[in-house]
Amino acid sequence: MPKVVIDAERCKQCMLCVRYCPRASLRLSDATTSKGYHPVEQHDEEACTGCAICALVCPSVCIEVYR
Amino acid sequence: MAELTLVNPYPDALTGVEMRYCPGCTHGTAHRLVAEVIDELGVKDRTVAIATVGCSVYAYEYFDTDAVQASHGRGPAVATGIKRVHPDSVVFTYQGDGDLASIGMAEVVHAAARAENFTIIFINNAVFGMTQGQMAPTTLLGQKTTTSPRGRTVAEAGHPIRICELLDTLDGAAFLAREALTTPARIRSAKRSIRRAFETQLAGAGFSLVELLSICPQWWGMDVLEAIDHVEDTMIEYYPVRVFRDRLGEEEGGGDA
Amino acid sequence: MSEQRQRVLITGNEATAEGGIAGGCRHFFGYPITPQNKIPEYMSEHLPPIGGVYLQAESEVAAINMVYGAAAAGARAMTTSSSPGISLMQEGLSYMLGTELPCVIVNMVRGGPGLGNVAAAQSDYWLATRGAGHGDGRCITLTPYSVQELHEFTAGAFEIADRYRNPVCVLADAILASMMEPCELLPRREPSPPERPWAVGPHDPAERERNIVNSLWVDHNLMEAVNLRIEERYRQAAEEITDWEEFGSDDPEVVLCAYGISARICESAVGQAAQAGVRTRLIRPKTVFPFPRAPYARWAERVERMLVVELSMGQFVEDVLLSVEGRCQVDLLGRAGGSMPTVADVVERVVALAGKAGGH
Ligand SMILES: Cc1ncc(C[n+]2csc(CCOP(=O)(O)OP(=O)(O)O)c2C)c(N)n1
Ligand code: SF4
Ligand SMILES: [Mg+2]
Repeated sequence: MPKVVIDAERCKQCMLCVRYCPRASLRLSDATTSKGYHPVEQHDEEACTGCAICALVCPSVCIEVYR
Repeated sequence: MAELTLVNPYPDALTGVEMRYCPGCTHGTAHRLVAEVIDELGVKDRTVAIATVGCSVYAYEYFDTDAVQASHGRGPAVATGIKRVHPDSVVFTYQGDGDLASIGMAEVVHAAARAENFTIIFINNAVFGMTQGQMAPTTLLGQKTTTSPRGRTVAEAGHPIRICELLDTLDGAAFLAREALTTPARIRSAKRSIRRAFETQLAGAGFSLVELLSICPQWWGMDVLEAIDHVEDTMIEYYPVRVFRDRLGEEEGGGDA
Repeated sequence: MSEQRQRVLITGNEATAEGGIAGGCRHFFGYPITPQNKIPEYMSEHLPPIGGVYLQAESEVAAINMVYGAAAAGARAMTTSSSPGISLMQEGLSYMLGTELPCVIVNMVRGGPGLGNVAAAQSDYWLATRGAGHGDGRCITLTPYSVQELHEFTAGAFEIADRYRNPVCVLADAILASMMEPCELLPRREPSPPERPWAVGPHDPAERERNIVNSLWVDHNLMEAVNLRIEERYRQAAEEITDWEEFGSDDPEVVLCAYGISARICESAVGQAAQAGVRTRLIRPKTVFPFPRAPYARWAERVERMLVVELSMGQFVEDVLLSVEGRCQVDLLGRAGGSMPTVADVVERVVALAGKAGGH
């Protein structure tokens, strides 16, 4: 199963990955980063196909996709 | 189960220093695409990045290549000097619309006319980001900025400048494209153009520029997703996304035209 | 030295251009402006055949930034201009100071302010010695007074720029630029600048880290450190390269102070004043930053009056005043806008001053 690893500390909650994930597998978490953002998390690992669109649109370069 | 492999390794041509851009700012996306292209072409050790003046002023901290920080608008002149000393180097400037289309207009036009063999990554976010949201030469009519508080009017500030169309009149330009850093498909297309621009330089074919329509949610007064939609719905109408010129392609594809 | 030097009759502009080539410059960027057009013309003819680069920039703003790029890439780079063009180069010079890069600029000063005229003037003294744009830091400034010196100082300027990692300005004027004199040419040196471990360009990553040429230091301590480094180099330069020439009486009644073309006038005035019965001595700086304070201070102890002759309403005179520190009276014979004092004008002032000198 593909895996998405998010460097939460670098996530700035811009929502681009959440919007463009074709399988709606990402969402904001309740956690708070040291800068005060709610980082993205993958809530539906089953849905993920490892397409890496989240990483493609991420301006913070903080998403790794394993497939 | 097969072992998992990382499909998007962090670009070697980025240092890993955390970029100080606002949430969602597509300067970060542009940096990543340029770095990926440098890696794919294997030219990191002969690349010189020219950081200019704007929100991307720290580009020299982000690109893991040799770098020169240029004064506001003069990146193309600095790039010219470097390229004339080291023709085998791979040089790119990274300029905003204030830097390139306002204060640095003469330098970019003449570099293009001279067919200087380097690449410009031109970030058009229709505003002066770094200095807190003033009107840029690329600000759309009606767009509110901190110095066009009632919206830009022709009477007060004239018309926005289309850089690709303007440079498309110059014989020295070998590759010109406008792309948008919005949807996944457009970002992929942007990367293809960036790669093409660097390939144009590597082939010694002359001047190349990729204009990237970019968002500035901070000074557009929008959230990130609204800003993306604004590019799609409004900005692209005035700034059409397309490849204006591709000399290499013309040569290669000459047969099947 | 035993090497055979070629002796030719050439203009100051040509001597300057050939001086650049002799000094190892192979990258020239410039924008035409009278009275120095012969320099870019000469470079466009002579550089490409020896593998060099001549590029006509779109403006002086672009020219100095091309020099900035070429210097960052490790080349001995040069630009030349005249007053209005040098005004446009100030920001670029400031960046070169901030990034501690060497380069050579030549200013064939013309009458101003504004578009002015193309006659000789010395009214860019402050621009050269105080200027180099915003921030602390200045151009090391050399003041030749003959075609031969234009040639030699320009050639030597590259060495100085390299040693102190600072822009060097050769400050001359419209007359020196266009006058013809015999000149012994230096041999053309191969462009072999010292090691530049800081330069950008293609490299083997095993051999060095990446290089960054940058003048942005948000941390004020780091920014001050750059300034302290620059200042230390100026202190060193003051010890090592300050240069001047003295000429005339060993027991003067009046000391003449002048550089460049004004010093030529004063040289003649020394002889004619003697005929008029007044003993004078000329102190002529060959560098004005660093400024030769010592000879002015020394002679200020021994004479009551000095006369500064300059083609401006009083810029160079301030450095003389700073040097004599009130130890003697300093008078100014200044002409501006391209006007020149004659030798007779200088002698007349000297005679008048000598009369006053004994009389109080
Ligand atoms: C000579 C000079 N004038 C003005 C400035 C101030 N300044 C810094 S960035 C900037 C505008 C940057 O806008 P842009 O190039 O569009 O970059 P952005 O921040 O939008 O990415 C200005 C005017 C400067 N640094 N130097
Ligand atoms: S101000 Fe605008 S351009 Fe600058 S980092 Fe923020 S969003 Fe990006
Ligand atoms: Mg902008």
